[in-house]
Amino acid sequence: MKRRDFNTMLLGGLAASSLGLWRDGVAYAQTPTGGLTSLLTPEPPMLVLPLNQQQPTIVVGSKMFEGLLDFDFELNPRPQLAESWEVSGDGLTYTFHLQKAAKWHDGTSFTAADVVFSCDVMLKEVHPRARASFERCESITATDDHTVVFQLKEPFAPFLHAFEAGSAPICPRHVYEGTDYRANPQNDAPVGTGPFKFNEWVKGSHIHLVANPDYYMAGKPGLTEIFFRIVPDAASRSVAMETGEAQLSCWNDVENFDVKRLSELPHLTLTTQGYEFFSPLLWYEVNLRKAPFNDLRFRKAMMHLLDKSFIVERIMFGLAKPATSAISSTTPFHEPNLPGYDFNVEKANALLDEAGFAKGADGKRVTINFLVAPYGEMWTRLAEYFRQAMAAGGIEVNLVSTDIAGWGQSVASWDYEVSTNMLYQNADPALGVARSYISSNIRQGVLFTNTEGYENPEVDRLFAEAAVATSREKRQELYTAVQKILVEELPVLWMTEQQYPTMYDSRLTDVITGGTGVNGNFASARYA
Amino acid sequence: MSVVLRVLAKLAGIAVAILVIATINFVLVHSAPGDPALVIAGQSGATDAKFIEQIRAEYGLDQPWPVQYANYLGKVVTLDLGYSVRQRTAVSELILQRLGPTLLLTGAAFALSLLGGVVFGAFAGLRHGTWADFAISMVSLLLYAMPVFWLGLMLVLIFSINLEWLPAFGYVNIRSAGFTPLQYALDVLRHLILPAVTLSAIYMAVYTRLMRASLIEVSHEDHVKTARAKGLTEGQILRGHMLRNAAVPVVTFAGLQAGALIGGAVVVETVFSWPGLGRLTFDAVTARDYPVLLGLFLVMSLLVITINLLTDLLHRVIDPRIGTR
Repeated sequence: MKRRDFNTMLLGGLAASSLGLWRDGVAYAQTPTGGLTSLLTPEPPMLVLPLNQQQPTIVVGSKMFEGLLDFDFELNPRPQLAESWEVSGDGLTYTFHLQKAAKWHDGTSFTAADVVFSCDVMLKEVHPRARASFERCESITATDDHTVVFQLKEPFAPFLHAFEAGSAPICPRHVYEGTDYRANPQNDAPVGTGPFKFNEWVKGSHIHLVANPDYYMAGKPGLTEIFFRIVPDAASRSVAMETGEAQLSCWNDVENFDVKRLSELPHLTLTTQGYEFFSPLLWYEVNLRKAPFNDLRFRKAMMHLLDKSFIVERIMFGLAKPATSAISSTTPFHEPNLPGYDFNVEKANALLDEAGFAKGADGKRVTINFLVAPYGEMWTRLAEYFRQAMAAGGIEVNLVSTDIAGWGQSVASWDYEVSTNMLYQNADPALGVARSYISSNIRQGVLFTNTEGYENPEVDRLFAEAAVATSREKRQELYTAVQKILVEELPVLWMTEQQYPTMYDSRLTDVITGGTGVNGNFASARYA
Repeated sequence: MSVVLRVLAKLAGIAVAILVIATINFVLVHSAPGDPALVIAGQSGATDAKFIEQIRAEYGLDQPWPVQYANYLGKVVTLDLGYSVRQRTAVSELILQRLGPTLLLTGAAFALSLLGGVVFGAFAGLRHGTWADFAISMVSLLLYAMPVFWLGLMLVLIFSINLEWLPAFGYVNIRSAGFTPLQYALDVLRHLILPAVTLSAIYMAVYTRLMRASLIEVSHEDHVKTARAKGLTEGQILRGHMLRNAAVPVVTFAGLQAGALIGGAVVVETVFSWPGLGRLTFDAVTARDYPVLLGLFLVMSLLVITINLLTDLLHRVIDPRIGTR
């Protein structure tokens, strides 16, 4: 080939591509035909919400499966499959009146028998959180086709929260009764009552749901279909939002450092609402069984060495709030007036001197091991910041890396010194807070229990009383008392109340309508 | 040794290799610290002892590992790759679903890198010392030094975001339900371009440099001088006397690199959301999905063995002397 020919070929290639030979067929950005394309990461193992409660399963499953109740931003209950309900004065009897027009996706009518089967039989077998809730029941009975009565053994204040879709998704009795739930062939094409029906799942690519034309709420759903696209790479997810190929991102889909840039694009809207039900609280967890962490002065010194506002600004890029208590400020019964630990290196060093952790010749007092949580960039940064912050107090930190399985095993079996951890508050301290501090929940081998090994009989008593107290004032009093003790005794080092960005196409309305955000059923979402 | 015996010996070697690979895989996977039951329980955000027991029993993790190993080997022999409890699908089905896209991607990248390497390398080698040679050498050096994921991102930035010519990720348009087979194929092709170019870049650079050096060397050999003395045109000399000789080291190297190509696909498949084996591997590692991992390792080893066999054959075609030795 002569050089001239080669150049001609190059030019020809350029011309062909700029003529848009590749642009025929389908346009890139999806035009809003009433359909929504959402990002999803990682790919869920299955879509049957009763059988699996991993985050991506809930995001997709909650459009097909529903609970009896839904919750607003202040976490007050709203109707979903129950159109109304009553609670008896003694807090023992909960009566739900069900939606009469609701049908399963295969056409069968939804009745009280489905609710009894779900809560009394199936969920007790397959759903750990639902099992904990419904084991509190003396009986669960259907008094007629559309009324269910839950009789409790003793009062449990946050019982209504157990009826949220992800916490107790109602399952079709006619599909599952008498079968091996996990091997049921219908699991490949889930049958729910929700506003969207399962259509197709192309593994590794996308999940396709279509509107349920027989949905019991008139005029809903407002969208014709939802595609959930599985995009494993964070940079590609940002690109998808930027080009309009996807119209919704949630949780950690978009990296915090990209949020500001994307939210400034005219076609995207950003909100941090819709995570109130979960309100994840992040902390540095110390193993109280081991020295020097069993010394309260050492823990206080660590608290004074840590600058929460640095973490908020530099690691979370503003998508967090400094935490001041064991109960998050977006969860009921948070106590705002508590003493805090200011960022004060001198005070920390004074405390360490007083506690007898003398500086060696090299300026170091002690060396501790930090187990880095393997969940991504942010967690690595948290570990690196911790090492840097501790150095100011003469505490040397070794970072130990592992993978998700290794981290889980080390923390659950108490084989660690310091790590990071984050727990959902689940809308009520009795559900999501007490579990980390009560001594009856010190259970070796089980994650998200009282893994740090904190024991205080007074704290146990306060949490136990607050769970069964029926008056809000009484509960507030008890939770205020327990928060005061916890802040003084520092079972863990609370750092931040996490916020998550939800971004969506600005033409969409009513996407995020309550405290469960993208875990809601999207019945009202539509293009304006 | 007769041809039949030679083939049989080779097949026996492969069988032993597979058995050894299967054993190593099993030991490696099971010696990693961490309990899959806790991973699953952790991702569900709630754990109680009963739930963890349920998971262990379901996965067969409650059995002693010699029993697990015996079960596994028995299944490998009968070509049963097992069942992924996590994905609720037979492993063979999972792998088959993903095999096509991976073969398409790696095959395209392999062909592209080889073709590009030979063409650019020959072009540079013929004109060595000129600006064209210099430019090609510089570009190939750059490509060689560039991290794969970064190149992928830059290509997306240019061709998907700025120019809007090509889709940024995916295998086929999600609204492909009504496509004719031709439309479908064209759509896959459009999705294929960026990942295939990204994956091939580094190998294309290597082959370009290899081809260039090899061609320069061949051009000084006596038979080329003879051909020139005979009065053949440069094109005839290139096609008839130089290309084949110069291509042998490139093909040898390409055969060796084929395994690495499948490894490199993990990164590219992740960046471009390509639903192939690489991503399946990545997901299986994070989730500690043992049956899927073991199945994948086995299938990938088979792929590498097959590619090596094919390279052997290709050698014989290019250089007949190899077969007779």
